[in-house]
Amino acid sequence: MKQLGIVGQSVKRRDGVGHVTGQTQYVDDVFYPNMLWLQMVRSPVARGKIRRIDTSRAEAMPGVAAVITAQDVPNNWYTILCLIGIEPNDEPVLAHEEVMYEGEPICAVVAETEDIAREAAAQILLDLDIEEQPPVLDVEYAIRPEAPAIKKWGNNTFMYDGMNHRRLRFGDVEAGFAQADYIVEGTYQLSPIEHAPIETHVCVVKPEPDGRLTVHTNTQALYFTMDNTAIILKVPSNRLRMIGGTVGGGFGGKVDVITEPITCIAAMKTRRPVKWRWSREEEFRYSSTRAAVKMEYKDGVMKDGRIVARKVRSLQDAGAYHRHSPYGVQKHMANLPGPYNIPNVWVDAYCVYTNRQPSSAMRGFGVTEASFAIEVQMDRIARTIGMDPWEIRLINAYRNGQMRPVRKIVEDATLVETLQAAAQLVGHELPEHLRAMSSDDYHGRDER
Amino acid sequence: MATITVTFQLNGKTTALAVEPLTTLRTALREHLHLHATKAGCGQGGCGSCTVLVDGEPILSCLLPVALVEGQSVTTLEGIGGPGELHPLQAAFYDHFAAQCGYCTSGMILAAKALLDRNPTPSREEIMEALSGNLCRCTGYLPIIEAIEDAARQMEAVV
Repeated sequence: MKQLGIVGQSVKRRDGVGHVTGQTQYVDDVFYPNMLWLQMVRSPVARGKIRRIDTSRAEAMPGVAAVITAQDVPNNWYTILCLIGIEPNDEPVLAHEEVMYEGEPICAVVAETEDIAREAAAQILLDLDIEEQPPVLDVEYAIRPEAPAIKKWGNNTFMYDGMNHRRLRFGDVEAGFAQADYIVEGTYQLSPIEHAPIETHVCVVKPEPDGRLTVHTNTQALYFTMDNTAIILKVPSNRLRMIGGTVGGGFGGKVDVITEPITCIAAMKTRRPVKWRWSREEEFRYSSTRAAVKMEYKDGVMKDGRIVARKVRSLQDAGAYHRHSPYGVQKHMANLPGPYNIPNVWVDAYCVYTNRQPSSAMRGFGVTEASFAIEVQMDRIARTIGMDPWEIRLINAYRNGQMRPVRKIVEDATLVETLQAAAQLVGHELPEHLRAMSSDDYHGRDER
Repeated sequence: MATITVTFQLNGKTTALAVEPLTTLRTALREHLHLHATKAGCGQGGCGSCTVLVDGEPILSCLLPVALVEGQSVTTLEGIGGPGELHPLQAAFYDHFAAQCGYCTSGMILAAKALLDRNPTPSREEIMEALSGNLCRCTGYLPIIEAIEDAARQMEAVV
């Protein structure tokens, strides 16, 4: 038998010496001779129609090499999740008809220095003519009929199989409420959360003599980024030599393929190396965030602690565009019932568009938010019925062999054992009947 | 634009540089002198990732015009040790997994060095105080503090 030589041992990081000596090369440490700097002209308003983009005064400024507008983008759509059916495309790489959030990219200035690029970008902003429109900023308002539709398909939600929300139906939730001894309700909300990596977004692209582009990027998803950049540039992916893998903090904030296509286009247009690095302000105000979410729970609970019905309505603020949110809400829907065996479940999960900076991926997005709401709700149930919070969880924890609301049989449950181990670690002595529980103590149909 | 000449000690060597007057020390180090260990995190004195030592004191190099270090001594992470000759702080950060993404590490190590140079046996509270201007977003502060405590012990043992 092959020996396991690594498991259980502490192994030194291969990049450790580089990190502690400052020799690790991050993307911002890449400098090429003759390199230009890129700055983005961003929408000053949350929602508006673009009447005119006048780049002439900026282009005439000394040191400005080029201005990149929507006309320069071969396929002007972010298509990051088209392969899993997240469509229609809704986000232009560079806006040209309308803007949907404050900070949305409109055009890019490429100049000899970062300062010149910044000044020229400020000039274009002065010369920009935008007709401001009232923004939609609240998810509850956004799904009401009187709210203006900010999406071309006529409403403000992602459409899941023709419905404006992703739904889950399991058992008969109203029958469960009728049978319950207690009804426990709670509403839980999260604000948007910024990833705030210490290293902001950076991309450096060098055009090579053979027509290829060398792309240094701090993306967390190198091949995903290569594919999507190739789609936007309309070039075969073998034209892109992607160099990545060193990321100064990401947490899901560096997977949206936002910097690479534009930097590539700037390098192709100027035939010079180009660097685009975001300021801290851009990182905070215009990079994607974890979504704001509002979750409303209604649970039917028996005196003995069993949860017999759970109804959830959740609204996720996707911001102005899809990014990863429609997929995040799908995961969210599946996780809103929680790791508990509940025979009657009803979930309505909405992916709502507003004129806010887009939300997207961040560490367990869709799941973490649900876990927060569920566990606070479990404590609320325990208080309401006067039961120990450990016991309410152990009674309801799902067991192997049970059917989950998403129609999967549980095969890998460890919640009971995890709770028992956690109780031991914090010195909380569980009574014998709870210590005797196991993820394998379910044998056949519930009598509920 | 007119340039000025600035002369200072950089990692023990006399260095002269012709720059525009408002060039920051960080830009001078990274873009003129090609020393990239000093990182750009926020550009507004908020994160500490650009920390270097000026005459032994931790300074935010993104806020300091390089002209103001005329005649002074500047130490960057490159100046305290490299691969194969790690400073005890560098070795301790490596041993304690105190550098996950590594982006704040340069500033952390230099802020810690300034502390240990003036106080070789700091308490945990004094370490936390010394690092209060340096943000880390992924490693977590505990391994960093433990690394500094370990380095202090190692350096004391050598003395």
